[in-house]
Amino acid sequence: MVSATYILDLFVGSFVLGSMYALLAIGMSIIYGILRLINFAHGAMLMVGAYFYIMFLAMGLDPITSLPLSMALGAVLGVAIDFFAYRPLRGGPELSMLITSLGVYIFLENLVRIIATPQPRVFPLPEFLKGVYRYGDFSVRVIEIFTIISTLVLFAALVLFFTKTKVGIAMRATADDLEASVLMGIDANRIIMIAFALASMVAALTGFLWGGMYGQVDPTTGFMPGVKAFIAAVVGGIGSLTGSVLGGYILGYAEIYSVGLLPPEYSGLRDGISFLILIIILLIRPYGLFGREVERV
Amino acid sequence: MRDAKRMLLTTLVGAAFLLLIDNFASGYHKYLIELMGIYAILTVSLGLTNGFTDVFSLGHVGFMAVGAYTAALLTFPLEKRPSYFPELPDILKGAYLPYPAALIVGGLLAAAIALVIGFPVLRLRGHYLAVATLGFMAVVYSLLLNLEPITRGALGISGIPEYTNIWWIYLWLGITIYVTWRIVDSYHGRAMIAIREDSTAAQSLGIDTFRYRLMAFVIGAFFAGVAGGLYAHLITLIDPRAFSFVLTFNVIIMLIVGGMYTISGAWLGAVLFTVLMQVLKPVEESTGLYGLVELIFSALLVAIMIYKPRGILEEELPAVVRRWLKAGEESKRS
Repeated sequence: MVSATYILDLFVGSFVLGSMYALLAIGMSIIYGILRLINFAHGAMLMVGAYFYIMFLAMGLDPITSLPLSMALGAVLGVAIDFFAYRPLRGGPELSMLITSLGVYIFLENLVRIIATPQPRVFPLPEFLKGVYRYGDFSVRVIEIFTIISTLVLFAALVLFFTKTKVGIAMRATADDLEASVLMGIDANRIIMIAFALASMVAALTGFLWGGMYGQVDPTTGFMPGVKAFIAAVVGGIGSLTGSVLGGYILGYAEIYSVGLLPPEYSGLRDGISFLILIIILLIRPYGLFGREVERV
Repeated sequence: MRDAKRMLLTTLVGAAFLLLIDNFASGYHKYLIELMGIYAILTVSLGLTNGFTDVFSLGHVGFMAVGAYTAALLTFPLEKRPSYFPELPDILKGAYLPYPAALIVGGLLAAAIALVIGFPVLRLRGHYLAVATLGFMAVVYSLLLNLEPITRGALGISGIPEYTNIWWIYLWLGITIYVTWRIVDSYHGRAMIAIREDSTAAQSLGIDTFRYRLMAFVIGAFFAGVAGGLYAHLITLIDPRAFSFVLTFNVIIMLIVGGMYTISGAWLGAVLFTVLMQVLKPVEESTGLYGLVELIFSALLVAIMIYKPRGILEEELPAVVRRWLKAGEESKRS
């Protein structure tokens, strides 16, 4: 029987999963907006971020310094990847960057596999995020609350960044029209660098949250979240910040409720369901719920 | 006439090679060459969409899976079915076809599915299409895992009769290359290439872009389905993991490294992949650095995209050879 607490559990679960998808989708959306690149490698940045955190802990640092350090290192890696893999392809066909990002994904996954072995690693959660709140039958973990709150805070901060700061406005201008913004004196390479740094930083944070939620990471951890985040970004309208966040939540809810409410024998269809949503959305609104129609020949 | 002679010659030389391999190669090497042939069928047929038309599909392995499961079910011994597939739907209980027919039916089913999903999906462009086809692949994967009465889920189907041999594979590779070549070298192929280069201009010249994209997609799916059937009867055991993202990526890497705008490039990619894999696997195993092979392949992919975006073979092999010969003659003369 489906009880009220069960529905509530599903609600929280969806909110948490949706938040993580939303965070990744934001990063994909920022990069896509400027470069028209579907960055398949973005999921790998989540996994790498989680490994960076474990690495800093192993070096004897405390969690409060490890998290920002792992985010910073993630940002550096993101910028480096852009420099070595994507920058030489600027101005080429848009598919060449997509293919390259597939290559970058496989590269990162296997690099981690070689350095850190394919075995899953325990992801140590800091003490202050370990607790559980209970209200009768219903319980919620502190990390879940932390995930939801940090997503909302980050979303608000990014909205402010993109509307109030000079760099943020320049980024939107570049996304709107790269050539025109270059003519207005915007340094496009610098903007792209910032976009990669920002997106990878958020992905590293998502890696921390993901690891904390599920308790372990392995080199393949990033693949499915990356693909799902991409779906979320497309469903919401890739290039739109609000759209990506909503897309993330839509996907999170659709997945958790379809698994939670359907009979158990269908639970394996979970990944299929997200792709079905993607295909349906692409067919009825090819540019997503919040996207703008750009060009359709 | 010259074409016919050349084809006859190529076929004879190829057959002679296969005869040698069939009789003298060790079991393991024979198996590698068989696998290489299947990869080549996949890359050549994928080149029709991803290279010659502007349909960058990531769903090829999904069609391969459809063909593999279909062919495997159709040739599965009738008397073993009730115990092996207790919940098999009635229509499939008695559906039996001989191996060659099963391969073709597998291909046709894959083509039929391509036709159905092509109508919506091919309206999309560029990377939207890439992701939608990846979505198709993921849906197939998740159906294979969950349609347990027919696919046995994660267990997979084992005990498939081992009908595939080197001759079947290279016969089908020959057919795939021949059909692709005839298409690419015809009016239809020119239309496809025109769509790839500039779809608006192609349309304004009266080319029905949708029809050609669909045609490439469906034909590509047919051969992927056949390759799946060949694979199932070679390995004799199929499970959903065999048709996962890993194979998708590998096929894409082979195609792009070899050169996706030429047929020779497509199969050369499959050859290179198999050879490199053989060279690198022992290194990986002796150093314990698991993932090294993929690491090198992905780095190769990125490097190719940057330095040689059209792949190793930008021209068809015969044209390259002819130019070499000519250059050789000229240097002799001077």
